[in-house]
Amino acid sequence: MSTQRIVFVGVGGQGNLLASNLLGQAALAAGVKVVVSEIHGMAQRGGVVESAVILGEGTSPIVANAEADVLVAFEPVEALRLLPKANKETLIITNVRPLPPFTVAIGAAPYPPAEESVAYLKKKVNKVVAFDGQALAEEAKNPLSLNMVMLGALFGAVELPVDVKTMKKIIRSQTKKRFAASNVKAFDLGFKAAKAG
Amino acid sequence: MDVLLTPSGGKEHLLLGNEAIVRGALEAGMAFATCYPGTPSSEVPDTLYRLRKQFPGKVKYYFEYSTNEKVAMECAAGAAASGVRTLCTMKHVGVNVAADPLMTLAYVGVRAGMVILTADDPSLFSSQNEQDNRYYARLSGLPMLEPAGPAEARDMVTHAFDLSEELGVPVFIRTTTRVNHAREAVKLNKLGKVKQTAKFVKEPMRFVTVPAVSRNLHLRLLNIYNQAQAISERSPWNKIEGRGKLGIITNGVSYNYVADAVADLGAKSKVKIFKVGMSYPLPEKKLANFLKGLDTVLVIEELEPIMEEAVRAIAQEKGIKVKIVGKVPGKVPSKSVDIEAPDFLSRAFEYNPRLVRTVIAKTFGLKYKNTAELKLADMPAPPGRPPNLCPGCPHRATYHAVKEVMGEEAIYPTDIGCYTLGLLPPIKAADFLICMGSSVSSAGGIARATGQKVVAFIGDSTFFHSGITGLVNAVHNNHNFTLVILDNGTTAMTGHQPHPGVDTEAIGDATTHLDIEPLVRGLGVQHVTTIKPFKVRASKKAIEEAVAHEGVSVIISKELCPLFARRVAPSSKKSFQVNPDKCKGHMDCIKKVACPAMFVEDGQARINPLQCIGCALCAQICPENAILPVKAKA
Repeated sequence: MSTQRIVFVGVGGQGNLLASNLLGQAALAAGVKVVVSEIHGMAQRGGVVESAVILGEGTSPIVANAEADVLVAFEPVEALRLLPKANKETLIITNVRPLPPFTVAIGAAPYPPAEESVAYLKKKVNKVVAFDGQALAEEAKNPLSLNMVMLGALFGAVELPVDVKTMKKIIRSQTKKRFAASNVKAFDLGFKAAKAG
Repeated sequence: MDVLLTPSGGKEHLLLGNEAIVRGALEAGMAFATCYPGTPSSEVPDTLYRLRKQFPGKVKYYFEYSTNEKVAMECAAGAAASGVRTLCTMKHVGVNVAADPLMTLAYVGVRAGMVILTADDPSLFSSQNEQDNRYYARLSGLPMLEPAGPAEARDMVTHAFDLSEELGVPVFIRTTTRVNHAREAVKLNKLGKVKQTAKFVKEPMRFVTVPAVSRNLHLRLLNIYNQAQAISERSPWNKIEGRGKLGIITNGVSYNYVADAVADLGAKSKVKIFKVGMSYPLPEKKLANFLKGLDTVLVIEELEPIMEEAVRAIAQEKGIKVKIVGKVPGKVPSKSVDIEAPDFLSRAFEYNPRLVRTVIAKTFGLKYKNTAELKLADMPAPPGRPPNLCPGCPHRATYHAVKEVMGEEAIYPTDIGCYTLGLLPPIKAADFLICMGSSVSSAGGIARATGQKVVAFIGDSTFFHSGITGLVNAVHNNHNFTLVILDNGTTAMTGHQPHPGVDTEAIGDATTHLDIEPLVRGLGVQHVTTIKPFKVRASKKAIEEAVAHEGVSVIISKELCPLFARRVAPSSKKSFQVNPDKCKGHMDCIKKVACPAMFVEDGQARINPLQCIGCALCAQICPENAILPVKAKA
């Protein structure tokens, strides 16, 4: 089996690490070789959080520039920031709901409009799936389930060696009981959104 | 039950490198563990702490968060000398703190297995430098093992306990961030038997290092080195794979990059790989034999060219004609890795698969076309997203008060912790920082050398770590500065670990709580005030008085970290909002304190009610009194 390199990027608090960890666990349950890698530390304080899931034969825990097969961005500007990881063939899945950093509030930097970011992504790579993932999380009655929406979108947009059933089983068993149903709902909404777009 | 406590093992689990290290220790029958937390090592002690709290009847080890790495190492040394298997963990810079006991512990050795984890941080994801702690193995003379990933980390830790006992000295496990914070499938082995009780048997001619004793102990250590080297020669961790006239010598996480690259390049039949797992002492004979069959050898190791220099020495000594390629003579990247990753082996930053593949292809003349990078010169610049003090962080209030009183002129030495983020605008209250505890001692130096006004900042955990000794020095030598101890009741930066100042009742720990104020008075500080930082006016007055005091003064700014408080003492404070009728738009609230819960919309300050925790700092800053609590819905 060839190697699939998936990079997740988001803002501290968006649940990026949980998403990559759950995907890793689903891969393990499906008998697929997997390495997951995360960078946190100071990023815990509202900074950028990046993680990578490598499915298949690859053993390196990180993804180099231009070598991501899929880039899953939880925030539009963060998709731009991680764009060096992509090449022309990389699939980019991004939430379009902005989460402006504080540098914008104090006027230290402008925040490019989400449409502009998405248009730029589309200019650089062949396939971009962009939608308001936050709206879907709210539709699932769980505003914190954006990570499940994005995970669903990943499954909806790419052929993965892990099946949806296994992924949902892991979501149900590994996330808080109280949120299990809404998390699966969020996953389904993300899945549908990606299939459609 | 937690998977890490499964007695029989067997199943595969997706473990974080740091969890795998814990499992390895438990499989080895570890009975005693000490640490000081630090990224990327923290999840090792945090997991030991969590397991002990969640399953007190199931775990058979003692665990403590020590006040610093030196203390952790000394405490662990006592346990290991008494005959129980002991683990001591820290990040790379922590070993600097522990270096003093380490060098002599290597002499006296241990009576039961002792493993020291040094978690290095190439590329400085959250550290003040990127030193290569393989040098500590050389410096201390202690064996070192370097895993390439979580599964190997588990195996090596277990093995390291045995090796330590066999040799009678502690053994290092050196990891890097990409091993600590990677997850992979780890198949569990059986949990080990734990020898919990021990008796210290007196042997002063070994354990009391007066010169006459140490002269012999140094010889003991040198003999152990010879023994360890023989072990390294036949160690299964130093293994050769593949065949061909081209060779690669590599260690740690770089091995993965090399293995992937050789596969990508379709060069498995041409390239022989020497994977170094036991990196000190190096298996010199085995390396010499490896070199003998090769035309060219490429050494791929992050940071310092330690193996490369050793290989050059081996080739010279044995008269082996082989081309050795690595990073000597050194080429230095022109830019930080954040801006542009170098495309050659350098002594700075971590490596990555693309870099390693490119270097291998170039060195061996193998054909390969890397995927083209995107041209992004026309990209709309993403705004910076630096880490920030959380909404409602009491440090923000303390910084605001100090800056209001002292302005831009005073010098602000700071320390390691969340409050290091006080460096960023608009707070900008960080002028000097080199290591844990440096704020206090450097403040004395700066004040003494310049006569300038100095206000130093340190956190509560860091104060206990190594601020206390600096304060004792300042009092004794009549330095003149104000120290602000930002007491948020926990070790916030690394994940809320307890320390001697923590309210131990709130977290259900059987340790004893030490109050900072009487402690500081006991150290001889004449002017000590405790403030509540969200009471802005009173805080400013206390600061004015403290800085007016000639000599050392201490302000203890006491307010729980809000993330920690949410767990131990949930409050029902209301969030605040801006009254648009009263707000005149001068933006003091935004410009002065930079709370991430605030933003600007249509030229007016607003507060995100989901982020605001009701600390009321902005309300006190607003000259129009336009910021008020959100009223409960009728």
